[in-house]
Amino acid sequence: MLQRLWEYRFFVLTSIWNDFYLRFVRSKLGSAWLVLHPLSQVMIYAFILSNLLASRIPGVSGTYGYAIYLMAGLLAWNLFSEVLDRCMKVFVKNANIIKKVNFPRITLPIIEIGSALLNNMILLIVMTIIFLILGHGISWSILSVLLMAPIIALLAAGVGITLGVLNVFVRDIEQVVPIILQILFWFTPIVYPASGIPEKYLTYLRLNPLFQAVTAYHQAIVYNKFPSLIEIAALFALSMIACTVAFSLFRRASADMVDAL
Amino acid sequence: MSVLSAEGIGKSFRTHRSEWHRILSWYVPAGQVRYEKQILKDIDFRVDAGKAVGLIGQNGAGKSTLLKILAGTMQPTSGRVHIEGRVAALLELGMGFNPDMTGRANALNTAGLMGFSRVQAEAALPGIEDFAEIGDYFDQPIRIYSSGMQVRLAFAVATAFRPDILIVDEALSVGDAYFQHKSFDRIRQFRAAGTTLLLVSHDRAAIVSLCDRAILIDKGTIRMDGHPESVLDLYNAIIAEKEGYSVRQIIGADGRARTISGTGEAIIDKVALLDETGLETDILKVGARVTLQVDTTVVESVPNLVVGYMIKDRLGQPVFGTNTYHLGKSMEKLEAGEKPSLRFTFDVNFGDGNYSLAVALHEGDTHLGRNYYWQDLALTFTVVNTEHSRFVGISWAPPELELVR
Repeated sequence: MLQRLWEYRFFVLTSIWNDFYLRFVRSKLGSAWLVLHPLSQVMIYAFILSNLLASRIPGVSGTYGYAIYLMAGLLAWNLFSEVLDRCMKVFVKNANIIKKVNFPRITLPIIEIGSALLNNMILLIVMTIIFLILGHGISWSILSVLLMAPIIALLAAGVGITLGVLNVFVRDIEQVVPIILQILFWFTPIVYPASGIPEKYLTYLRLNPLFQAVTAYHQAIVYNKFPSLIEIAALFALSMIACTVAFSLFRRASADMVDAL
Repeated sequence: MSVLSAEGIGKSFRTHRSEWHRILSWYVPAGQVRYEKQILKDIDFRVDAGKAVGLIGQNGAGKSTLLKILAGTMQPTSGRVHIEGRVAALLELGMGFNPDMTGRANALNTAGLMGFSRVQAEAALPGIEDFAEIGDYFDQPIRIYSSGMQVRLAFAVATAFRPDILIVDEALSVGDAYFQHKSFDRIRQFRAAGTTLLLVSHDRAAIVSLCDRAILIDKGTIRMDGHPESVLDLYNAIIAEKEGYSVRQIIGADGRARTISGTGEAIIDKVALLDETGLETDILKVGARVTLQVDTTVVESVPNLVVGYMIKDRLGQPVFGTNTYHLGKSMEKLEAGEKPSLRFTFDVNFGDGNYSLAVALHEGDTHLGRNYYWQDLALTFTVVNTEHSRFVGISWAPPELELVR
């Protein structure tokens, strides 16, 4: 499997490049949209929560403190939801090639993961520049994002591929997942500080793996501290479990998948 | 040595009580299958290296499913496929093309999809550009291409690398006449270089001119495996097959199978070619006058009877055909026991070579209406050129030459 994947590396790379390149060719603002979407999200939340509801994030000072906190959380969240969404839809989207071309199908989700990671890296770079403009100091701890991003992508891919395989047979999944993601978004401390959560709920909210991921991003980007390695390791272990489940399902479903597409 | 063999391939699509039961069945071997639809049954054949085999069959016979199994995208339910070498399957052209990318970028990406590396793909680019003949459009996005240009590019990419086994699904009947010609040429070159070919087509000419052998798939099984012309004749008979219809094949003295089919309300007793002196013959001179005699018997009274014939060349391509309907002499209200005899007299304006003649009795203007009796290869004859100046081709159209110097 890995050997065949290696043989198809050229296909994977050109496909990621094409996906990336296409964002530039047909829209006037091209790559700017990559950043404008999350930025508009940040501006809405920042305006409503920071100005209208006048909430403050403890430990972060400055006019733009809240916006920076939001951006850090959204960087993690967007990676997770984009990889999950792409992997969930990848098999249905490529039904025709799957049915008619003999090639390693595992390349398809890998292309999606690669594209999403590339987009996320660009977002990270632009955010870093914005932070510097806003006067928020960046420390070396931001580099730990480079370790966490692949782990979040793996977790999302594991869940996404599992859902993607099931989605081939039960198309309702594609409809249900956005709702679940919406709920998950609000149960993750992205727009509000984790410290504001009442103690009795905190224990439950911590069960959400994204809670750890987003908190780690906050540590690294907002508070300039290296996140705890144990938490990253735990997240990595969880990602591996998700990927194992996905892989097992994918292998067993392979034959039936072509029939159902 | 066979490079491709199908050993007892069967394929059935299963319907489970619900899709969740299907998902469960991957982990728990349980009998929740509610309904099983068999598409293919005991498909068994081998193809030797460098041979070309045509696959024919009606829509829904299972051809496409079989091709997908041979191409390796679909798993058979039973049996196995054994393949030696690289397979290229042109099941559909232009798959995976991205309309917003240029022809060049799409060509590279598709080469990648076929499993080639950057170096191999880039080395093949000039050849692809050359073969597609789309000029400057090669560096334009595909969405502005005409459909013909897309097909040309797709074919050029798909055949940029000579495979050991080439599987083609009707994809060739696209593009203009010039490009069709060119793509056939490429396939012929592949064959000459040793590629094994598996071709699915409804185009008689393509099968007869490219294949050494044909396989007829009918209702998921192999109905016939043999000489392309004999198989195509049986296929034609099956197309017209309806309720109460019999199709049988008899092997003639020359070893070729003759297909006789029809509902049998009227039958043919005798078919003969007579020369100008009224003697039966099977060797005709170019330009000679000849009479085709068809003796028939009406078995059950029918409202309408049309008698037609079709002359085909050595490759099975139609040369000339007509019937009594088009000649303005269809017979009405025939009683059982009548014995109409017909004599078609015409000039043999054909080139030299072997020809065959099919005769049909039917209702209305084509044999697709009610088909009483249909006989392929009712007789064969040879045309020889002994009296005229030398010429080539299947038609005799002698010119008058005026030369000005």
